[in-house]
Amino acid sequence: MAGFLLTGAHPYGEGATDIRLVDGVIAEVGSGLTPGSAEVIDAAGLVALPGLVDLHTHLREPGREDAETVQTGSRAAALGGYTAVHAMANTEPVADTAGVVEQVWRLGREAGLVDVQPIGAVTVGLRGERLAELGAMADSVAGVRVFSDDGLCVSDAVLMRRALEYVRAFDGVIAQHAQEPRLTEGAQMNEGIRSGVLGMRGWPGVAEEAVIARDVLLAAHVGSRLHVCHVSTAGSVEIIRIAKERGMPVTAEVTPHHLMLTEELIDGYDPVYKVNPPLRTADDVAALRAGLADGTIDVVATDHAPHTPEAKDCEWDAAAFGMLGLQTALSVVIATMVHPGLLDWRDVADRMSVRPAQIGQLDAHGAKLAVGAPANLVLVDAGAEVVVEVAELASRSRNTPYAGMTLPGKVVATFLRGAPTVLDGKACR
Amino acid sequence: MAVPLRRCLVQPADVARVIDRIAHEILEKSAGARDVALLGIPTRGAPLARRLAARMAAFEGVEVPTGSLDITLYRDDLRMRGVRALEPTTEPPGGIDGKLVVLVDDVLFSGRTVRAALDALGELGRPRAVQLAVLVDRGHRELPIRADYVGKNIPTSRTENVAVRLSEVDGVDEVWLDTVTEGAPA
Amino acid sequence: MKHLLSAGDLDHDTAVHVLDTAERLARIADRPVKKLPTLRGRTVVNLFFEDSTRTRISFEAAAKRLSADVINFSAKGSSVSKGESLKDTAMTLEAMGTDAVIVRHSCSGAPHRLANSGWIGGHVVNAGDGTHEHPTQALLDAFTMRRRLRGGVGDLAGLRVTLVGDVLHSRVARSNVLLLSTLGAAVTLVAPPTLLPVGVETWPCATSYDLDETLPGSDVVMMLRVQSERMNASFFPTTREYSRRYGLDRARLGLLPEHTIVMHPGPMNRGMEIAPDVADSARSTIVEQVTNGVSVRMAVLYLLLGGADIGAPAPAEAIGEPVPAGVA
Ligand SMILES: [Zn+2]
Repeated sequence: MAGFLLTGAHPYGEGATDIRLVDGVIAEVGSGLTPGSAEVIDAAGLVALPGLVDLHTHLREPGREDAETVQTGSRAAALGGYTAVHAMANTEPVADTAGVVEQVWRLGREAGLVDVQPIGAVTVGLRGERLAELGAMADSVAGVRVFSDDGLCVSDAVLMRRALEYVRAFDGVIAQHAQEPRLTEGAQMNEGIRSGVLGMRGWPGVAEEAVIARDVLLAAHVGSRLHVCHVSTAGSVEIIRIAKERGMPVTAEVTPHHLMLTEELIDGYDPVYKVNPPLRTADDVAALRAGLADGTIDVVATDHAPHTPEAKDCEWDAAAFGMLGLQTALSVVIATMVHPGLLDWRDVADRMSVRPAQIGQLDAHGAKLAVGAPANLVLVDAGAEVVVEVAELASRSRNTPYAGMTLPGKVVATFLRGAPTVLDGKACR
Repeated sequence: MAVPLRRCLVQPADVARVIDRIAHEILEKSAGARDVALLGIPTRGAPLARRLAARMAAFEGVEVPTGSLDITLYRDDLRMRGVRALEPTTEPPGGIDGKLVVLVDDVLFSGRTVRAALDALGELGRPRAVQLAVLVDRGHRELPIRADYVGKNIPTSRTENVAVRLSEVDGVDEVWLDTVTEGAPA
Repeated sequence: MKHLLSAGDLDHDTAVHVLDTAERLARIADRPVKKLPTLRGRTVVNLFFEDSTRTRISFEAAAKRLSADVINFSAKGSSVSKGESLKDTAMTLEAMGTDAVIVRHSCSGAPHRLANSGWIGGHVVNAGDGTHEHPTQALLDAFTMRRRLRGGVGDLAGLRVTLVGDVLHSRVARSNVLLLSTLGAAVTLVAPPTLLPVGVETWPCATSYDLDETLPGSDVVMMLRVQSERMNASFFPTTREYSRRYGLDRARLGLLPEHTIVMHPGPMNRGMEIAPDVADSARSTIVEQVTNGVSVRMAVLYLLLGGADIGAPAPAEAIGEPVPAGVA
């Protein structure tokens, strides 16, 4: 039989039980299971969740291996409790052909720490001019189902309509980075009181909300699915709530940092807080938490965006947008959603594993912890408190906004298809 | 913390007498102070100069032009403590060119203040001669400088501080000697 | 004071102290010999990533009058990316033993990065950062107002100051609103709605879209420069319409009380925000603002560099220092 026996784990934070993993699946769940030849993992007191799935990861390979590689990003993901990540298309070259998405998919397999599922670009070179070969990417070995020009908005309404329509042929989904380009030219931070005081070009919430409003109407009109990336304003939550009430086919994600951090952090002009979409106000944070709690926002997605020190060690305007997220996401969700009582562990599993796997159509992930399910799961010490040590992050980059912060929860072990990728809080490869 | 020992050396009435004596001496040595200008070094040199002028007017009826000369920007020890506030510099009416300028200060110690004052003076004009009047000379000179008029010689050790108080600044005329335990300046 | 990054760093008493110090130093400018030995041996770098001859020479004159060594470093047009050059330049300056860096940069917050990133240990003076702040300009403006209207002493309590023009992009406006309100003045910003920042209602000032209504209640009118790149960006229809609604011309001058002064931080667009004869009128302080700029910058440099180095052990009483009475 061999395999692993996890003893005393608490699936979804509920009653303790033993879980046996054999041949990549959950073979047995119950009390007092006999070890036999299995390796026993003492999971007493640990919360067991289905392996987390990230819908929005920047792995930077190919092209910016100095910031991150599929290997280093996969390790960060595994350490963060993930068993699958969706790799964004804004690499160099852009993942806009079957060749590039297959390369990324293969690199992910070789790393072997998480399933790396490539996202394909919507338009050639992310230029927003003409559609990339979406069908070829869908038919490739990578089996791409999510398409996004993330980093850039598909702002042309006609192009967006066509993309939404076209991917229906293979049940794809367009993940829109909602940012009206003219309203955000040269924008540096949320437009509001702080941008006025700091003398920085403002990034109005309406630049996001207007695109989301247009896109949900477009998606409803053509009968296609729309996914909205990194929702960041209260207004966006409101629009998505209304759209869902009207039965429009929209899903949405929020990042951990938008659940925790606000624009006041920018007062010292430290570019570690520079991110797209920008950090917003406390009111926005409250609305995002409420939206995630009531299901208006379907998933937490990291928007893990590694950058080299040079890209951040400079004046604000010259710095790159983005922050690390994979290794801290679960802790931030515990701090912002679980501790305040907005989500229980079943909800966390839903927002961070089940729903993202559904949206990304990853059949092997996000399954219920039950006999016969793929053995993709994570064990979390929910009571632990961990200080974020920048030097110990697995990412090749260091641009975390949580440096030095004490966050709750620690990933103790992660299993991918029954094999450990993380044990005792350390990556297995 | 060691509490410094304090001793009052000069009482209010004595301060007035000392100032009178210096006023007389200046009148004497300058043949009636016809071309004298008094320049007080802030903080306490400035009121001291005004008092000297008042006494000289009372004794001889002379109107001695008086001003103040802030030497902060000329100090050689600026980096040894926090930034000092600047005090006013006011030229005596009629300027200082060709005059016998008497610099007035409360305490003469290392002589560095006077050196800075001489530098500052050089950029205000060209006096005929420069003299120095102080209320207290406490010794420990570090430069070849001496006072022409001394109110009181007070031999001190380096661990002592001489504190002159004037009613214009401090509400009372007094000179105190503070003895400080070693290594802990007041 | 370790750095001067924002006019908001100055509390009331510190601001008045800077102005008092500048007032004392201004006297020296009237003397035949204008040089003081005060900052001998100190090195001040003018680090200008953006052209501004007037500000640079003002700082240069101020530093030189205090006998500091001045290095002018113009980094404009450097081929490396902006970010690299700010950090690399800072490291170079640090290696050279710089006591203070006066920085002008087109990015808001660049001086804060220099001051807070650990790249350099010296003092940082913000000489204008992007559309953020220009604190020494605000100090010289306050100094000019105080001289003209308050006898050169105290604060600006009750003074009614109107700032007119492109507040949105103006670092002068931001610094002036902060400093003038700290000093007790009542500030009103007048601009078309497109040129007022979002959130301006939370600033310590009033706002108006109507210049004519505001002028009769103004002791000071400060006209802000409208930069040419705004003219074709739909902030207002035409320069002619702007000038008609927000320009200070002879007719509007007539609306001002007798004592009211007219200020402009320069450089002016004559005929746009200010009519030529207004700029040259007796009410205009534009020339003395330049003179006062040197005094104020001398004061800032003296207050930053004129004492012990931050962190260096400072003897409680330097030798030769008369002991202040009242020490315990
Ligand atoms: Zn994005």
